[in-house]
Amino acid sequence: MSYGDLMSMDLPEGLKLIDEEGKRLDGRRADELRPIKIEAGVLRRADGSAYVEMGKNKILAAVYGPRECHPRHLQDPTRAIVQCHYNMLSFSVDDRKRPGPDRRSVEISKIVGEALEYSIFLEQFPRTSIDVYIAVLQANAGTRCAGLTAASVAVADAGIPMRDLIPACAAGKVADTVVLDLNKEEDNFGDADVPLAYIPRTGEILLLQMDGHLTQAEFDRAIELAKGGCTTIYGLQQDALRRRYAFAGGDAQESEQEAGGNEA
Amino acid sequence: MIPGQPVDTGSRRPGFGTYRKEGKAYSTTLGLRISKGNYVDILPLSGKYVPFSGDDVIGTVTDMTSSNWLMDINSPYPGVLHASESPWRVEFGATAKYLELGDNVTARILSVDDSKHVQLTMRDQSLRKLRGGHVVSIPYAKVPRVIGKSGSMIDMLKRYSGCKMLVGKNGKIWLDGEVENIVALAKAIRMIDEGAHTHGLTDRVRDYLEKTFPAANE
Repeated sequence: MSYGDLMSMDLPEGLKLIDEEGKRLDGRRADELRPIKIEAGVLRRADGSAYVEMGKNKILAAVYGPRECHPRHLQDPTRAIVQCHYNMLSFSVDDRKRPGPDRRSVEISKIVGEALEYSIFLEQFPRTSIDVYIAVLQANAGTRCAGLTAASVAVADAGIPMRDLIPACAAGKVADTVVLDLNKEEDNFGDADVPLAYIPRTGEILLLQMDGHLTQAEFDRAIELAKGGCTTIYGLQQDALRRRYAFAGGDAQESEQEAGGNEA
Repeated sequence: MIPGQPVDTGSRRPGFGTYRKEGKAYSTTLGLRISKGNYVDILPLSGKYVPFSGDDVIGTVTDMTSSNWLMDINSPYPGVLHASESPWRVEFGATAKYLELGDNVTARILSVDDSKHVQLTMRDQSLRKLRGGHVVSIPYAKVPRVIGKSGSMIDMLKRYSGCKMLVGKNGKIWLDGEVENIVALAKAIRMIDEGAHTHGLTDRVRDYLEKTFPAANE
């Protein structure tokens, strides 16, 4: 949604983003995430895939590769490149989204791709390209974070060696309160939005942006909240990958034994 | 194991599928932990085949030049088979006389350089052009499942279906025999692919084979 659209819309008279009891519009407290569902390996044709629901966000990520790099001039003789495509489908927002890449989706593709690049062992696959496609089926604020969360599960599902999974979520300021994981109303009528990708194990920050204004203290609080959110999401990402290979009567732990002597 | 998960190596050293940081070992891939010799390896559950010198693979001709064939070896990198590495005496420009587009061969990986340029060779008694038959592909990580403990799975597949079967390290499998048998065998291979990480796989595949090929039942 463009800046112009935002200004033309006002918060309905008398509606408070945060009520007297500290509850938000969707009933969450300030430090609560929206309900999250992550599933790995949902697409048959892709090398790796994942589906993420984060509140009303619905996001599908597919990974192909490493595969021969096209166009040829982009290939790097020493390492793989990550080509990330973030795309919002035309029916993902209230008024129809004009299909095709725009300034916003090019920016998100770039930052999400760069976060993934940091995590993947690119030097193991020289001259190749790892293609990541993020399709936003339904958007409700925070899609770049949910997109990165999905993409990193999809990369792991594709069997591509990586340093760690990358969870991401946003924090921001709404009605003078710093809150975690803004929804659409809070994003539109709030004061600031800070998306963050953070690896809990190492404390590394792979993506950090800020839209709006925060004081130093508010910023610190927002980062603290977002880090907590990422830690929760990280666990859900791990669970999703475990579930992928724990069905039909044998879980991954047990089949370790079998794997031992099976080399032909 | 999940990427980024700490690997408990005990007294062994971290091996394939792990990386070290600040003296600790972590997994890089989604896979199973196995201990072999002095190393703890992560056996990947998926991923692309990365060519390794000395591997026997099955390749499909995708392109040719006056003195080379380019082979699809189920990996991000095509394999180059030079005419001098073929079992025939190939005149310059006569490559198409011996192997055409879409032909399958068994080949060995001769060399892989730092930027993963792959050279193939067919100069060995066991390496040849595969006439007829059909080639199916599975992820290379599941090749050991198709072969089974000291060849138990592949023996069973061959015995029941009566098909000839060759498995490349790269996950390409060549099947030859009666068409109906090939189709049924390909289904069994798909079963192994989907259930590669589960228990009782051999029994389930045997049940399927017994149902499909009652005649072969000794």
